[in-house]
Amino acid sequence: MNTSQVASVFERCAAENRAALIAYLMAGDPSLADMPALLEAAAAGGADIIELGIPYSDPLADGPTIQAAAQRSLRAGTTFDGVLAMIGTLDRNRVAVPIIAFTYFNPVFVRGVERTARGLAAAGFAGTIIPDLPPEEAGGTADAFASNGVALTFLVAPTTPSERIPMIAERSSGFVYVVSRMGVTGAGQTLDGSVAALVDRLRPLTDKPLAVGFGVSTPEHARAIAAYADGVIVGSALIDRLSSAADKPAAVRELCAALALASSRDQIK
Amino acid sequence: MNGPDERGYYGEFGGRFVPEVLVEPLRELEAAVTGAFADDGFWSEYKRLLRDYVGRPSPLFEAKNLARRSRGARIVLKREDCNHTGAHKILNTVGQGLLARRMGKRRIIAETGAGQHGVATATVGALLGMPVEVYMGAEDVERQSLNVYLMELLGARVRVVESGSRTLKDATNEAFRDWAATACETFYVIGSVVGAHPYPMLVRRFASTIGEEARVQCRQRFGRSPDHVVACVGGGSNAMGIFAGFIDDAQVRLWGVEAGGHGLERLGLHAASIGAGTVGVLHGARTLVLQDADGQIAPTHSISAGLDYPGVGPEHAHLARTGRARYVMITDDEARVSFERLARLEGIVPALESAHAVAFAERLAGTLPADAIVLVNLSGRGDKDAVRFALARAATAATA
Repeated sequence: MNTSQVASVFERCAAENRAALIAYLMAGDPSLADMPALLEAAAAGGADIIELGIPYSDPLADGPTIQAAAQRSLRAGTTFDGVLAMIGTLDRNRVAVPIIAFTYFNPVFVRGVERTARGLAAAGFAGTIIPDLPPEEAGGTADAFASNGVALTFLVAPTTPSERIPMIAERSSGFVYVVSRMGVTGAGQTLDGSVAALVDRLRPLTDKPLAVGFGVSTPEHARAIAAYADGVIVGSALIDRLSSAADKPAAVRELCAALALASSRDQIK
Repeated sequence: MNGPDERGYYGEFGGRFVPEVLVEPLRELEAAVTGAFADDGFWSEYKRLLRDYVGRPSPLFEAKNLARRSRGARIVLKREDCNHTGAHKILNTVGQGLLARRMGKRRIIAETGAGQHGVATATVGALLGMPVEVYMGAEDVERQSLNVYLMELLGARVRVVESGSRTLKDATNEAFRDWAATACETFYVIGSVVGAHPYPMLVRRFASTIGEEARVQCRQRFGRSPDHVVACVGGGSNAMGIFAGFIDDAQVRLWGVEAGGHGLERLGLHAASIGAGTVGVLHGARTLVLQDADGQIAPTHSISAGLDYPGVGPEHAHLARTGRARYVMITDDEARVSFERLARLEGIVPALESAHAVAFAERLAGTLPADAIVLVNLSGRGDKDAVRFALARAATAATA
């Protein structure tokens, strides 16, 4: 897995007239031993890319759902090395989609950016999202990830001024993560109406795929986003669903299947 | 001297490590700060409020009884406990409140540990007619309940934070999350020289009133600067404030006193980020952080809620790295002793935070000649700590 693998997923999805479904799971919630079954379920349900949270004690960009998932994971003893080992030994025939890591800068920095990039690449991660690392602070990190063939995806938010967007898009690899609303991650009842306008504002400024996340919860949201964006990112809604389910893999598979169906533009009436 | 570089770095420390949604609000704040700091009208209003509302300048008091007991140098207290609201924090909140109004913000948020910054923010919100919400960890709400009542009396809403360690670190996380959702209309009044650029720089600027006054007062009283300046360090704003007056004066030794809690033997027992931390990124800045080998932020402990924080302002990390300031630690027990001693010998009840500085100053004074001068920043008063201190004493007496 490498940088181009993420880009090729978006190409294939575009050819199939659908938005890519990016499903977020928290590594180690409820335990690392449970993860292979959950990752397989996400892929089997139709996730095109899996975003795997590596837990951090102080996740500033996350709302209560993912904060709680990170806390459960850390209490279960999850470490960065443990996550790498779990992904490194995963049967990728059963999880044949790119996996990208979602973590914070402190664990990456303390571990060492070069060592982190090498470890992620060796384990088979295709990319990384570090939400508290804006491009201005990412120089050495971006170089380390690029030389190890791990995509580093940056974010654009509703507050991002247009003059900043070309720089962010230029440095973002794989795709550009479009934050749908002000605030932090978390399942929302309604989609922020301004996100379509934000995607419209981005289109003339970059050719890269645009995937929308934060507050995306339901198939209805996915359907709306698929009409104008290249990818749909769902996190907290999946965590909410699986944390209360008896059969967690089945819950992940079912929600992913419903979201994947909604992300196809063929069924838009 | 001496600010950060244009990217907000003090040497290798500082910067702006925040989610993208906050990058533009921080740039707007930086532009507003640049404009305000160059505006004489801004400073004349600030200084008028400090004089008429806060009660500046604060006194300089020589603690002769305490010095006599230490059998060494003269000990001089910069009396920040005499400020309106009882601590140095209001120097910062008046300044940031005026910035909020200047930027047209309609709502103020803050985090607080001991509650002093929360009270100071609630006070300024009342004065300027702006609604205030203060995030405070559940553990701190319990141990500093007097300040919770005060904040509510002043019209602020106290948001109790149950996540993580339920102290200042987690309150700061929640304030950042609130700001990420509301930055267009909300001004985040940070309570220390921490956070992403430009916060460490602007908080230091407002706190530096302490050092500027103390420098002039020492000249007038003693004809010279002190030999040593001592201040407690949690995030480090009162210390940066008093250091600012003397940092260019190479003969003046600067001492930051961290919370040693139960001792530095292992993580979780103390809050000495400089004494026992490693380089990391916390709350938007690269600095010294108490954390494990996996980069998870460690739990901390201090008897004083205001020092109970796993990071420190990036400029302190830089001063420690360059050696311009030295950082030491005082344990809970040592702070308790000095808390009571200052009350008994001088009739001044210090905040438990400030008692850490007093304790180190006593120790330092004992090693110095009688004509040396040790200036201590008495950063706040101890009314908020009196009840718990009495209860702890009663408990100790009962088990003895």
